[in-house]
Amino acid sequence: MLASLGLDDVDELFRPIPAELRAPAGLDLPRPHAEQEVATELARLAGRNRHLDELTCFLGAGVYDHYVPAAVWYLAGRGEFATSYTPYQPEMSQGVLQALFEYQTLISELTGLEVSNASLYDGASAVAEAATMAVTATRRSELLVSGAVAPRVRELLDTYSQGLDIKLLEVGALDGHTDLEEARGKAGDQTAGLLLAQPNFLGVVEDVGAAARVAHDVGAKLLVSFDPLSAGLLEPPGRLGADIVVGEGQALGNHPNFGGPAFGFLACGSQDVRRLPGRLVGETVDSAGRRGYVLTLQAREQHIRREKATSNICTNQTLNAIAAAVYLSWLGPSGLEELGRLCLRLARYAAERLAAVPGVSLAFPGQPFVKELVVRLPADPAEVCRRLVGHGLLGGLPLAGLAPGLADGLLVAVTERRTKADVDRLAEAMATVLAELGAEAAGRGGRGGEGVAR
Amino acid sequence: MTGTATEGGRAPIEAVPWAAGSPTAEPERLVFERSSPGRRASTMPDPGELPDAVPERVLPAWARRTAPVRLPEVSERDLVRHYTRLAHRNYAVDLGFYPLGSCTMKYNPKVAEVAAALPGFARLHPAQPAEQVQGALELLARLEHALCELTGLAAATFQPAAGAHGELTGLLIIRAHHEARNDPRRRVVIPDAAHGTNPASVRLAGFEVTTVASNPEGLVDLDALQAALGDDVAAFMITNPNTLGLFERNIARVAELVHGVGGQLYYDGANFNAILGKARPGDMGFDVVHLNLHKTFATPHGGGGPGAGPLVVAEHLVDYLPAPVVVRDGDGYRWDHDRPRSIGRVHGWNGNFGILVRAFAYLLANGGDGLRSVAERAVLNANYLLHRLEAAYQLGYPAKPVMHEFVLSARRQKGQGARALDVAKGLIDRGFHPPTVYFPLIVEEALMVEPTETESVETLDAFADAMLEIAAQAEADAHALHQAPVTAPVGRLDEARAARTLVARWHPPPEPDQAGSDPADEGPPDKPTS
Repeated sequence: MLASLGLDDVDELFRPIPAELRAPAGLDLPRPHAEQEVATELARLAGRNRHLDELTCFLGAGVYDHYVPAAVWYLAGRGEFATSYTPYQPEMSQGVLQALFEYQTLISELTGLEVSNASLYDGASAVAEAATMAVTATRRSELLVSGAVAPRVRELLDTYSQGLDIKLLEVGALDGHTDLEEARGKAGDQTAGLLLAQPNFLGVVEDVGAAARVAHDVGAKLLVSFDPLSAGLLEPPGRLGADIVVGEGQALGNHPNFGGPAFGFLACGSQDVRRLPGRLVGETVDSAGRRGYVLTLQAREQHIRREKATSNICTNQTLNAIAAAVYLSWLGPSGLEELGRLCLRLARYAAERLAAVPGVSLAFPGQPFVKELVVRLPADPAEVCRRLVGHGLLGGLPLAGLAPGLADGLLVAVTERRTKADVDRLAEAMATVLAELGAEAAGRGGRGGEGVAR
Repeated sequence: MTGTATEGGRAPIEAVPWAAGSPTAEPERLVFERSSPGRRASTMPDPGELPDAVPERVLPAWARRTAPVRLPEVSERDLVRHYTRLAHRNYAVDLGFYPLGSCTMKYNPKVAEVAAALPGFARLHPAQPAEQVQGALELLARLEHALCELTGLAAATFQPAAGAHGELTGLLIIRAHHEARNDPRRRVVIPDAAHGTNPASVRLAGFEVTTVASNPEGLVDLDALQAALGDDVAAFMITNPNTLGLFERNIARVAELVHGVGGQLYYDGANFNAILGKARPGDMGFDVVHLNLHKTFATPHGGGGPGAGPLVVAEHLVDYLPAPVVVRDGDGYRWDHDRPRSIGRVHGWNGNFGILVRAFAYLLANGGDGLRSVAERAVLNANYLLHRLEAAYQLGYPAKPVMHEFVLSARRQKGQGARALDVAKGLIDRGFHPPTVYFPLIVEEALMVEPTETESVETLDAFADAMLEIAAQAEADAHALHQAPVTAPVGRLDEARAARTLVARWHPPPEPDQAGSDPADEGPPDKPTS
């Protein structure tokens, strides 16, 4: 090849790079490794992590240990899907395009809104994209954000708002759910949208219909971040008046992956479709009249519209969205319902068992929940969790610093992978750990008391 | 080596025509149209002695679902056949040559897939405390160190999930940098050859876009740049090599000019493959770099994602990186959340960690020497392919040698009646994925070709032969190319119609008037029923 170019040395091709800009010798990089060595080193690193097959997981907070059926990655992982690019040439990309069209239909069904895009990075960035849509649709600049939306999501919104003309106003949570009276008080003619999560960060099911009335009464949009697997039990937010529904898609056939890759979804009504961010697949016909699929409404997108685009997103999370389409097709309507019911039973059983542990109480008794709940502990939840690891358990997420007034709170999640025996084990271990901590505190208190007495 | 002509014009290798009559030539129904009431693939575990909870009793009426969820009802067998058949209707790097310019469609090594699927990575919860995930944090720290070495910069964040996400993150950091100096700035300058994500990210970060023209050589016009710069300029964003595949040899002067007005220099890493281990953005004067690991580090593109767009910054910008960052802590690692000047989160968790595992596997496999030879082979392949094609197709800008990619113009073929799109569709019939077409915007009838380092000379020759055959066909009978593709699963698709009458989801057919048999047994309807 070099000879055909009349060259002796490949380095001659790098002559446009000035000599003083060449990389220095001796960069601190690994030596080349044989495949076997790579596999061994990666297995060593993986082995230094304690994963969810080793520890029984009651940790959720947006990423859940749902079962991933064998067929999902057997199919989504196929090279034809995994090693293809964005389907710019639709005639040779019908597989990805049709799978995404199916994905869009499934998300539309779960959210209760007509149009879903073909995925976003994650649930948190999807909220920021929805906020942008609400602002451009209403030409207003204030977003009311429920304090019961996950702190990570609110942090991300805050980051994105640095470059956007969006003012974030927080609405407090009352007894675990968004204070809609406060929202009503803060809503006005500058309100672009009201954002809440369903179920919310604290596991509580929100009254989406009532929230929609608050938003719509001032001409604002209702934005809901929705747990898609709750759709077997809960009314899709779109049918209760939500205008834009987004969410984290990890639960739909994606492994926890230490937080990614999974995907974010975003659905809206037909009236907002031209403000939709990212890829969208549409149906059409070919030259012979046969049905086919293409990327469509590309005039919204950065490669056509540049600075006037609805978003800057290009690469998204297509493969994870395809996995979700396979997963939801695997689940089917009865599977979705049964899964929701099973989680509900486990969550309620967990609430009952944990609340029976001495000193433990439910943070929001009487509030509806479906798979996640907050309990208050008589000892530091972070320390309790550390000790629960000794019992092979990930007890949940300590809420200190994450939710006001819940420094003693622990967010506990169940999925269909947990069993009654797992819940029993958690309750028993919790009782043991709390007793240990109580005894230690009493011991310290006792010695201290004696010291004072002397 | 020289090209070998092939009989009948069909490339002998790497070409994947969809043979007429093969099962994949048959349309595949939507999964909803395969649905049959009562079928299912899913099974649920036995709840055992678990007390029941009836939704009607424990959930308020205003929250409960009122209508059935219309998911498809299929057996696992049908599910597997359906998506396998869809897979057969999709082209991919695992099937053949995919020379999409700017996209770096290199071969994706499989050991990386196996590593990412290990339970010790795939089954980690992102909220697990640091002491439980030391292997993951070590991986991130070592990958960060390598990216800093390769870019010549100080520290990185792994939160951005893609290149455009990295751009936004970098621009917000630049914004924070100027604001911290009480010197807020309004504009970001980009070349007219820039990727569309650049101006879109600029807007999202709250800046205005100023575009500068390229000079006749296809490089940044220094005079135009100088005229565009001012003390209200936050940054200049550029790809190097640029989107024409040319190295901006005046980059040091560009850096001087930009820094001279107090601006920051942003490196769009989409083309980093060309200079991997050969030259470093930090040494050229760049302050901020995003890398596309799904390009340069060979992680699979997944039909459009997931990717990973880590952002690497110079020392003076480290404090603004999204929190938390991984730091050394004695013998181990921990997350540092205490970053008061951080711009905040741009991802809900730690970015696309699974992609970072794959990129780390690629880093280890190649090592420093291997990465350098990646760049060398990528540039050699591009120049070889250009050499084979330049008699038949004009070069968008005449400069040579090119780096890892080049932009041809089909303007000669357009004069004969065949546009760049027709050349692209002709390639599909010859079993190749076409190059990127109509980008960059400054080249008429652009065909942007990036062969990557992972292709053999035989593949490059077969592709060149196909391109030359298409050029000959354009000259002899351009009209024939308008019919292409004829061997793909579908013919040329009506994109205008898709945009005009948007159908973005499937709708169930209306209830039949008379009782009929199960519609799922009748095959697909003739027309979509939406």
